[in-house]
Amino acid sequence: MAEDVLKKIDEQVKQHKIMLYMKGTPDFPMCGFSAATIQVLDSYQVEYASLNVLDNPEIRDGIKRYSNWPTIPQLYINGEFVGGCDIVREMHAKGELEPLIRAAQS
Amino acid sequence: MAAPITAEEIHSLITQAIPDAQVQVRDTTGGGDHYEAFVVSPSFVGKTKVNRHRMVYGALQDAMVQRIHALALTTLTPEELQQEQASQVVNIQTRKPR
Repeated sequence: MAEDVLKKIDEQVKQHKIMLYMKGTPDFPMCGFSAATIQVLDSYQVEYASLNVLDNPEIRDGIKRYSNWPTIPQLYINGEFVGGCDIVREMHAKGELEPLIRAAQS
Repeated sequence: MAAPITAEEIHSLITQAIPDAQVQVRDTTGGGDHYEAFVVSPSFVGKTKVNRHRMVYGALQDAMVQRIHALALTTLTPEELQQEQASQVVNIQTRKPR
């Protein structure tokens, strides 16, 4: 069972080049950290996939084990774990995130 | 839900695990559930942000999962701290005598 969830997550992050696991949805984030991450992603005006972990308890637990990272949101680009809210914001401020996003799009 | 954690507890858990770290912890709402930690340590040198944050999360272990609702994290090496402080010095104008 537990293995299935990790496999499912693995497929999701590989299928969607920019994939965000968050609380709530981009239109209705349910947590300040998720909202801040959405704000950064939206500033690039790109398409990205998101999954509301509040609707998916199995994924909520599984994603923490998948990345060995205890918090949500979690951003993945090209199947690679990029970071949580603090890291995403910091990379954005330093101009390090945009090249990753643009490269994932092309 | 276990007992709420204090800023002092967070501080001591991080310092125990990363002894060379300078740590500042702030309760951002005063409610004991939203914290901000600022951690500066030479042991972060050469590590990615993800791995630095993992070190801090590792120090907090069960507390992170069960007792901390929200923690904003900044992890810097001493050198990065200096650069950061230097870059904040702005708005200095020089006016030459004429």
